[in-house]
Amino acid sequence: MIRYLARRVAVMPLLLLGTASMVFVVSRATSGNPLVSIVGARNLNNPVIVAAAKQRWGLDRSLPVQYGRFMINLLRGDLGTSFSTRRPVLRDLWDRLPATLELTIAALVLGSAVGILLGVLAARHRNRALDHGARAVGLLGSSLPAFWLGMLLLYLLYSRLGWVQGPNRLNARVRPPTRLTGFFTVDSLLHGQWSLLWQACMHLVLPATVLAWGVVGIVSRLVRASLLEELSSEYVRVARAMGLRERTVVATHALRNALLPTITIVAFAFAYLITNAVLVEKVFSWPGVGSYAVEAARQLDYPAVAGVTLLGGLAFLLTNLVSDIAYTMADPRIQLS
Amino acid sequence: MTTVTTTAPAPGSSAGEQPVLTIDDVHVTFRGEHHGDPGIPAVRGVSLQVAAGEALAVVGESGSGKSATMLAVLGLHGHATVRGSVRFDGRELLGSPESVLRTVRGAGIAMIFQDPMTSLNPVLTVGRQLAMAMHAHQPGLSRQAAQQRAVELLERVAIPQARRRCEAYPHELSGGMRQRVIIAMAIANRPRVLIADEPTTALDVTVQAQIVELLGELRRDEGLALILVTHDLGVVAGAADRVAVMYAGTVVEHGPVDAFFAAPGHPYGRGLLGCLARLDRDAEPVPIGGHPVSPRQLPPGCSFAPRCPLAEPSCDDHPPSLRPWGATVVACDVVTRAAGSSMVAS
Amino acid sequence: MNAAIAPTVEPTAARRTSRSARHRPAWRRGAALAGLVVLGVWIVIALTLPWWSPHGPRDVVGPRLRPPGRHAWMGTDALGRDVLIRTLWGARTSLPVAVIVIAGAVLLGCLIGAVAGAAGGLTDAVLMRLVDITMAFPPVLLAMAITASRGPGIGNALMAMVLVWWPIYARLLRSQIVAVRHREFVESATAVGASPLLTLRRYILPMSFTPVLVNASMDLGQVVMLTAALSFIGLGARPPSPEWGAMITEGATNFYQWWIALCPGLAIVTVVLACNFVGDALRDTFDVRDTFE
Repeated sequence: MIRYLARRVAVMPLLLLGTASMVFVVSRATSGNPLVSIVGARNLNNPVIVAAAKQRWGLDRSLPVQYGRFMINLLRGDLGTSFSTRRPVLRDLWDRLPATLELTIAALVLGSAVGILLGVLAARHRNRALDHGARAVGLLGSSLPAFWLGMLLLYLLYSRLGWVQGPNRLNARVRPPTRLTGFFTVDSLLHGQWSLLWQACMHLVLPATVLAWGVVGIVSRLVRASLLEELSSEYVRVARAMGLRERTVVATHALRNALLPTITIVAFAFAYLITNAVLVEKVFSWPGVGSYAVEAARQLDYPAVAGVTLLGGLAFLLTNLVSDIAYTMADPRIQLS
Repeated sequence: MTTVTTTAPAPGSSAGEQPVLTIDDVHVTFRGEHHGDPGIPAVRGVSLQVAAGEALAVVGESGSGKSATMLAVLGLHGHATVRGSVRFDGRELLGSPESVLRTVRGAGIAMIFQDPMTSLNPVLTVGRQLAMAMHAHQPGLSRQAAQQRAVELLERVAIPQARRRCEAYPHELSGGMRQRVIIAMAIANRPRVLIADEPTTALDVTVQAQIVELLGELRRDEGLALILVTHDLGVVAGAADRVAVMYAGTVVEHGPVDAFFAAPGHPYGRGLLGCLARLDRDAEPVPIGGHPVSPRQLPPGCSFAPRCPLAEPSCDDHPPSLRPWGATVVACDVVTRAAGSSMVAS
Repeated sequence: MNAAIAPTVEPTAARRTSRSARHRPAWRRGAALAGLVVLGVWIVIALTLPWWSPHGPRDVVGPRLRPPGRHAWMGTDALGRDVLIRTLWGARTSLPVAVIVIAGAVLLGCLIGAVAGAAGGLTDAVLMRLVDITMAFPPVLLAMAITASRGPGIGNALMAMVLVWWPIYARLLRSQIVAVRHREFVESATAVGASPLLTLRRYILPMSFTPVLVNASMDLGQVVMLTAALSFIGLGARPPSPEWGAMITEGATNFYQWWIALCPGLAIVTVVLACNFVGDALRDTFDVRDTFE
C-alpha cells in the first residue's frame, strides 16, 4: 500500500506541471486583447502608454519567455498581479479561499449526510414509494441549475418569507470575527460570539443547501446500490442467522462496507461543488474565490483567471489523492496487502 | 408389511428421546416474478427431526431443497412462501413474529454457511464480530466479559493464539480458521441446535476432516443437536447418526447411517453410493444418468423417474410416499413393493 | 465412498439475475417516453417558431415588468418583452449550441482516442496524460478561462465547451479500442491484411457507437446547463439575445420580478431532465456493459 501511495504522490509534481502548463496555454492563447482591461479602451491608441503597460506586465516578451517566467514565478509562489485589483493574485485567493471552503465544506457535509440517509432509506424500501421519492429528489438536484434555484429561493425565503438571511456572509456593516480559520462560523464560535455565529449560519444555510442538493443525488444513488449489494451478501445472512437485530445488521455490518465506495465519490462530488460554487457565489454575493473568478473572467484579468483555474485543478488533484488515501486507510483489506 | 398404505413415520431418534427440533411437512415456494406465475416449489413436504446430542445428515444435490429447508427453519427466506410446521422445544416457529425468531436465531438454533470466505464481515475484526453475536442475545454483557468470552470461544474451536486472533481481520486468516471462527460465533450463545450448511465444501480436504471432527466434538461435549447439510457422503459416514436423502424438494430416503450405507433403498441413494444395481440381476455399478429435474417442470409422479433405471410406467402415476424398507424409510414404490413380495415369497 | 455431486445452478441465484436484467419498473419506461416527448416538443418549437410566434424575441409587447397575466402569460421583462416568447426563442440558441458542442466533442474526442488507442506507446501516454490534465479542471472554471482569454460571446463559449468536453469521449473510444484490439476477429482481420483504417471502421466504430450515444444523450442536458451558466456570468450570449442563461441574468438584475428568471430556468430543467431520462433508458436498453459479452 505504501508503495502505491508513494507512486501516487510521485506523479503529483508531473500532474501539477501539466496543470500549470495547461493554465498558461489557456490563459495566453488569447485573441481578446488583455491590454483593454489594463489601460482602458481609450488609451489603446496611445503608443506610449501601451508600450509601458506591455513592459510592466511582461507582455512584450515572446511566449516561451513568458512561459518560463510564469513557471519560475509559480515555483516561488508568485501567481502574478491581478490587472483589476492590482494586488498579488495569491493574496486575493488567500483572502477569499476561507469563504469558499466554508461554503463547499458545509454543502459537502450536508449533502453527504442527506444523501447517505436517503440512500439507506431507498435501499431498505426498495421499489416502494420512498425509493422512488429518494430517486426523484436526487435527480431533481442534479437537473436544477444551481444559480437559478439559488436566485428563486433567495427571493422566496429571504425577500418574501424572511426565514433566512440575504446575500453575503454577514449583514451589512457587521464586523466579522477576528480571523483564526477564516470560517466565520468557526471563528465566531471560538470567540464565543453567539449572535454572530447565528447570523453567519443563517447566511450560510441557503447557498449551502442549494449546493448540497446536487451532491445528494450522487451520494444517495451510490449508497443505495452498494448497500443493496452488501445486504444480499453472505455475511449479512450470517449476522441475521446469529440473531442480530435488523437495525444492527444494517448500521454496523452492511452500511460500514457500503460507505467505503462513498469515500471515492466524495472527490467527484467536491469537483461538482467547486463548479457550482462559482455560480452560486455570484448569486449570493459570497465573497469567495468563485465570485472572484467570475469578476476576473469578465474583465479579462488573466493572471487572476489563471490563478483561480490553477487552484481549481489543484483542489481536484488533492481531493482525489486524499480520498484514495482515506479509502486505503478505511479498508483493512487494502491496508495490509 | 405388504399392506402399508399410510406414510410411515420418519424413523425417530435413537433411545426414544424427545426431539429438540421438529420439521413437519414444510413447503417452500419461491415467489414468481409476475402475477399468474405459480413460483418455484423448492421444498415439497419435508419432515425431519433431531434430538439433543444427535447428528442428522441431510444429503442431496445443489437445488434439492436442503438449504432452502434449513433457511425456512430460521425464517431467513426473503422472497419465498413457507408452509408447514417447525417446532423448536415445543414452540412453533413458522409464522412467529420476527422478534420471537430473533431470540431463537443464534441462541436456540445457530446456523453456519458454506463459504467461510464471505461469511465474515471483511471490515470488522474477528473479536468484534464475536462480541456482536454475543451482544445480540446478552445485551448486558460488558466489553471485557465479551472479550474474555471471545478468547475462550476461539480456544474452544482450537484456534491457536486466540487472544491475538481477536484483533485480526478475516482476510488475515485461512479458510479453515475462518470456518472455525464462524463455528465459534455459532456456539457463542450456547444454542441447542447447530445447522451446518455445507460447512466443508469450500475447504481443503485435510481441513475438511478437522472441521467435521470439531463439529462432532462440540456435539458430544455440549450436547448439541447437529444438522449437517452436505452433498458429500464421505462427510456423512463419519459424522452422522442418521441420514436423510433429498431429491427435488422431497426426502426420498431416511434412516440410520449404518443401514443406509450397508444397503441403500432408494435408487437415487444407490446411485449416490455408486452401487446401483438391478434387483433381479447381479450387480454392476451404474452411475446416475441424466440431469437433475427442474423444479419448474416436475413430472406428475416420482420426480426421480426420468433418471431412474428401475422406473416403471406406474411410477408416473402419483408421487411415491415414504414406506419402511428394512431399517429405513424409502419413497420408491418399485423398491418397497419388491421388498414386500420377496418377504411374502420367503 | 466420496460421492460428491456435481453442483448445479441454485434456482434462487438464477432468479435474482434474471429479475434485475429483464424487469424495469413501468414508471421508468414512462419517464423515458416523457423525456422523448419533451425533447421532441422543444425541437419542434425551435424549428417552427418563426412561422407561428406572435412576436419576435426582441419585440416590445407591452408595459415593462408586468407579472404573468392575460397579455403575457409569463409576464414581461425590463424592456416590456414577453418572457414566455423569449424563452421559446431561446431554444433556437441553446439546443443548436448544445448539439454542436456535443458533436464537436464527440468528433474531437473520438479522433484523439482512436489515435491514442491505435498508436499506443508514447503517443498514447502523452495523449492520455493530456486527457487526465484536462479532466482535472472543474468544467466551469476551464470553460471560463478559455472564454475569458478569447473574449465573451456565444461562439467562444461554444469552442471552450468543446475543449472542455472532448476528453470523456477520447477516454471512452480508447478503452473500446484497447478492449477489442486483441480479440480474435480483429487480429484475424489484421492478419489477412485489412488496413488499420478498415478495421477501425468495420469493427471498432460500430461497437463504440452505443456507449458514445448513451454518454452524448446524457451530456446534452449538461451542456445546455453549462451554456446557460456561462451566459449567466456574462461570458456566453449577451443580454439582448434570448438565451436562457442571459435571461436569468436579466432576472437577477430585476430580482424582485421573479417571473423573468422563472421561465428560462424551467426550460433548462425540462431539457436536462428529459436528457437524463432518455440517456438512462438508452443505457438500460443497450445495457452498455454487456456490449462485449
